[in-house]
Amino acid sequence: MVDLAVKIGSVALKNPIMPASGTFTEDLAGVFDLDLLGAHVTKTITPEKRIGNPTPRVCEVQGSMLNSIGIPSKGVDHFVREIVPIYQKFSAPLIVSISGNTMDEFARICEKVSVPGVAAIEVNISCPNIEEDGKAFAMRPSTTLRVMKVLRGATDLPLWAKLTPNTGETPDVARAAESGGADALVVSNTLLSMAIDVKTRKPKLGNLMGGLSGPALKPISLRMAYQCAKSVNIPVIGCGGIETVEDVVEYLIAGASAVQVGTATFVNPTTMPRLIDDLRAWLFAEKFQSVNDLIGSVRDDEAADSVVFMEAAP
Amino acid sequence: MTYTRAEFPIESHSAPFHEVDCQVKSNEAINDEYYLLILNAPPEILDCKPGQFFHLLCPSKDGRSPYLRRPMSIYGYFPDKGELHFLYKAVGEGTRTMAQLEAGERLNVLGPLGSGFTIRDEWQNLLIVARGVGLATLAPLAQEALRKGKNLTAICSARSPEMLMSVERFRALGANVLTVTDSEGTSGVDDLEGLIESRIAQSGVDVFYTCGSNRLLKLLQRLGAKHGIAGEIALEQQMACGIGMCQCCVRSLRRGGEIVYERVCKEGPVFDLQEAMEW
Ligand SMILES: Cc1cc2nc3c(=O)[nH]c(=O)nc-3n(C[C@H](O)[C@H](O)[C@H](O)COP(=O)(O)OP(=O)(O)OC[C@H]3O[C@@H](n4cnc5c(N)ncnc54)[C@H](O)[C@@H]3O)c2cc1C
Ligand SMILES: Cc1cc2nc3c(=O)[nH]c(=O)nc-3n(C[C@H](O)[C@H](O)[C@H](O)COP(=O)(O)O)c2cc1C
Ligand code: FES
Repeated sequence: MVDLAVKIGSVALKNPIMPASGTFTEDLAGVFDLDLLGAHVTKTITPEKRIGNPTPRVCEVQGSMLNSIGIPSKGVDHFVREIVPIYQKFSAPLIVSISGNTMDEFARICEKVSVPGVAAIEVNISCPNIEEDGKAFAMRPSTTLRVMKVLRGATDLPLWAKLTPNTGETPDVARAAESGGADALVVSNTLLSMAIDVKTRKPKLGNLMGGLSGPALKPISLRMAYQCAKSVNIPVIGCGGIETVEDVVEYLIAGASAVQVGTATFVNPTTMPRLIDDLRAWLFAEKFQSVNDLIGSVRDDEAADSVVFMEAAP
Repeated sequence: MTYTRAEFPIESHSAPFHEVDCQVKSNEAINDEYYLLILNAPPEILDCKPGQFFHLLCPSKDGRSPYLRRPMSIYGYFPDKGELHFLYKAVGEGTRTMAQLEAGERLNVLGPLGSGFTIRDEWQNLLIVARGVGLATLAPLAQEALRKGKNLTAICSARSPEMLMSVERFRALGANVLTVTDSEGTSGVDDLEGLIESRIAQSGVDVFYTCGSNRLLKLLQRLGAKHGIAGEIALEQQMACGIGMCQCCVRSLRRGGEIVYERVCKEGPVFDLQEAMEW
């Protein structure tokens, strides 16, 4: 038997496969038993009700997609009252994703979702911060450190910081999140992108720009996951473009302790259970007893530190 | 009918929808623009309701591989024959690769999805008004209505008489079919209004069913309000997941003095006619 169990700090997962925030709801129970998953991660919520962005909210690009859903939210009270109880039927740990426009708002919602039944809080610090001209908290080490300290003060639950690829300072941001009190890093969110219909000359998204997700994002978030794993001592969770077991294995080798699967579920709703089976089979075929023996096993000894932390392509 | 989250049968392992590879039985052009796709389908996906749809994973053809699935209304479902039918127009990359599917090849489908049309017991005289591919969405409704012994009139609209599809299908089911076309100059809003008013005057109409077009929506909303006639409309929106998770497929609706947003893939694609908004 191959052991698939991993630990993200104090949170034990029976396998390293979980959904990415915003691409998963309990609706997926219509397709497979959700208790197969390592964890459940909910869509980011905000303190107040919000309606989200104008439509079209998605468009296709070659082999991937862009989205500008925004964060439509029924508010935190609705979430704690209606959604958290749904997940109590499952044994998989519940990870709740939150966000706020300001540090204050962020701290307030962090307190409010610290309720029984929640195993950890994923803090989506990739979202715009209106106190900093709409720049995402996780674009800079300084704002990352500040918001993480505030959040750390607001809850006793484990905090997973979700980073953005829209930065040139990944290793510094990762270290700032760690010093601010993050228990794990989720790497990463979507990359700001655009697509235009050449016939109508209109941007294909109602919001003009949106986030790239799917296979095209993978080399970027894999690079970030690798840099983060090299920069911090807390676990890294890889996220971006995962579709096949090779993608999962690549992130684990790069140093991720677990992975999140997003867009691939839209194309094939049974992607996650298939990846769990395929990972077990892959590890068995490669004679691994435990997935933990694979994590961080990248053979990069020759790379100088300067290469590992570079922020521009050579 | 709408699901509230708490009512969703999440503990059930008998899934309400399925992801299945089906074999193509046939896939043929029925005129210059439209294709009829017939799949051999297993019984578990043929427990459908009129107005529901499937989310289709388009094949890779000629080096093109559309990434996301494509939503497609059910044109017909036949549990006795084990068949699932789609009527579609080749408009872009996904539907063009679909048009190249050949008998014997496989197509991955996810469904049946969404909530369908309602036919209340007290409704006796049903009026369908549809144009183009909208007729596909409404064909299973016609079948169900006639099975329930309702009186059904279908006003089918198209660019030209050659583009009128499903007329035979509706007639064979026993519907009273009226056709209007652009080329004959009979499909304008005023003509339609006259036609519908005379149906109302002659035999009465209890409910309107339509889909797609803004023009029809506005006309039927007006007539529905004037005569107190109920109505339902099937709406479209870009989709990613098709099963309620991503929130990309929302449409705005007017409800209780407020504007609310609902998912076409989950609460829809069928919505109350008066709540629907122009787009
Ligand atoms: C519930 C529902 C039922 C439908 N039923 C039918 C049907 O029975 N027959 C039929 O011919 N068409 C139907 N459509 C429309 C059909 O989904 C689109 O024509 C198809 O997705 C176009 O894909 P494409 O790649 O060929 O075109 P492209 O324009 O290349 O598509 C680009 C992207 O836009 C999306 N898109 C384009 N047009 C639409 C549209 N009208 N609605 C939603 N997404 C769209 C595509 O899915 C794709 O993601 C239905 C749409 C919905 C939402
Ligand atoms: C439709 C959609 C909605 C998303 N919503 C959120 C969100 O609410 N919060 C968040 O942190 N990330 C959100 N994401 C980003 C994903 O969680 C993930 O980081 C990203 O899509 C990359 O992974 P993927 O390539 O596997 O999809 C969303 C992504 C998509 C495609
Ligand atoms: S398409 Fe994802 S919620 Fe409707």
